[in-house]
Amino acid sequence: MSTLLIIKIGLIIVIFSITLVVAMYSTYMERKVAAVMQDRIGPDRAGPWGILQPLADGGKMFFKEDFIPNKSEKWLFILGPGIAMFTACMTGAVIPWGGTLSLFGETFTLQIADIDIGILYIMGFVSIGVYGIMIGGWASNNKYSLYGAVRASSQMISYELAMGLAILAVVMTTGSLSLKDIVESQSGGQWNVFYQPLAFLLFIVCAFAECNRAPFDLAECETELIGGYHTEYSSMKLGFYLFAEYINMFISAAVISVLFFGGYNFPFMNDLGLSANAITLIGVGVFFAKITFFIFFFMWVRWTIPRFRYDQLMHLGWKKLIPLAIINLMITGAWLTFKDDFMAIFNTMF
Amino acid sequence: MKPFTNRSKAVTKTAMTFMERIYLPAILGGMFITFKHIFKKKATVRWPDEERPRSEVYRGKHVLKRDDKGAERCTACGLCAVACPAEAITMVSAERNKGEENLYREEKYASVYEINMLRCIFCGLCEEACPKEAIFLTQELMPSFYDRQDFIYGKDKLVESMDNRIDVSKRQESNVVTHKYNDN
Ligand code: SF4
Ligand code: SF4
Repeated sequence: MSTLLIIKIGLIIVIFSITLVVAMYSTYMERKVAAVMQDRIGPDRAGPWGILQPLADGGKMFFKEDFIPNKSEKWLFILGPGIAMFTACMTGAVIPWGGTLSLFGETFTLQIADIDIGILYIMGFVSIGVYGIMIGGWASNNKYSLYGAVRASSQMISYELAMGLAILAVVMTTGSLSLKDIVESQSGGQWNVFYQPLAFLLFIVCAFAECNRAPFDLAECETELIGGYHTEYSSMKLGFYLFAEYINMFISAAVISVLFFGGYNFPFMNDLGLSANAITLIGVGVFFAKITFFIFFFMWVRWTIPRFRYDQLMHLGWKKLIPLAIINLMITGAWLTFKDDFMAIFNTMF
Repeated sequence: MKPFTNRSKAVTKTAMTFMERIYLPAILGGMFITFKHIFKKKATVRWPDEERPRSEVYRGKHVLKRDDKGAERCTACGLCAVACPAEAITMVSAERNKGEENLYREEKYASVYEINMLRCIFCGLCEEACPKEAIFLTQELMPSFYDRQDFIYGKDKLVESMDNRIDVSKRQESNVVTHKYNDN
């Protein structure tokens, strides 16, 4: 038991640091991707190819003046970025990062907690994440921040619905809310994206909205709201908000890979004749490759599409995505219920 | 009306088709374009490792010229200061004493000549106004400093040294030069 505890604590520390490092280097990657897509070079001064740039940025953040506006709600102002960061980090706990590993006579899964409502847990924490933005924006006592906070909250509420409905279709086919089960059900190349392409499309659009990423970055649009909810923030509090956004992006990429792209599964994983540990480690690598691709995808979209107008955003969310998600749900349900009948009809026809 | 280029397109205001309304084809097209740009040649010039070529009449930091014998050409007439739209130039004039002919070409000279580089907009009007071919802009870039005082360039920084003369022949049109030197 005690070794299991130590292993779990070790796993928590490792995943926490990986999350932070990935978020750190996402900032670097974002700048590089933006640069190469605009025919520029991007940061290349700090260290070879600029790979120390995130450290320099972080150091800069720490040395900036930590400013709290005079008329703000001081405690809420401090709480805001804290909540944003906390919720962002918590979601990593239920992601199955890999299969099972046998070390020191113990067999354990590379997942901190395999709770049977994993996906619900993630949805819950993502919703709490809105509070970080709302509280921060409201406590700043600034009209731009307030606008950003109001936009963020209404956007998240609208898109959470469509997101939940899209996930529901996956949950229906898998028959489980546990992320581990969802991954296991996709082994052998049976990726959900082939069975639920519409759900995948809806999910990824909603993920953009939930992460406040372009083209749905209305909560923090620099051009209209000079930063939105973090207008008044400076120093590491601003750093926390920005960091939380990148962690969210990382977790979204992970959840997309888990739900639709087989998580740590890779083709022919059981036909290679490798030991279980080796397969697990390769699986972890494959999982991170998938995550990296989706993080790149997020950035790629950001530097391609201009921002939606607010009414367009609401229009898309309520009038297009939610009906589509409901239709998808109905089709999935009909298929699951009448699968045998459909197959029988199909067989008699041909 | 006749179009000026062959690129003009008639704009129609018809309702969007279904393909246009679902956005996705257009978005994918856009993403394809941005992806292609990853492999394009980068436009960045890595200054200061790499210098962007500057034109021969680039309007950079000023120089106060000496004549071929090493005497300062400026006669403190103040025309450059009058011409300057940014009012960046100030000077104090002085009379040349006996024995200083090798230092100053004219009988009156500028004992103090200062350009405030923070005000200067590098328009080159001082160069154009000068009747003595004394002030020129050069190809050299203006450096930056932490202190405002450092941007006030006096004669110590402006007057060229005889060991390291600055070639301004490209900036003078031959007819102007002959005209001005004939006047002398
Ligand atoms: S370049 Fe223009 S602004 Fe600068 S000192 Fe000469 S006249 Fe003034
Ligand atoms: S630089 Fe030319 S214009 Fe200016 S004071 Fe001297 S002689 Fe006159």
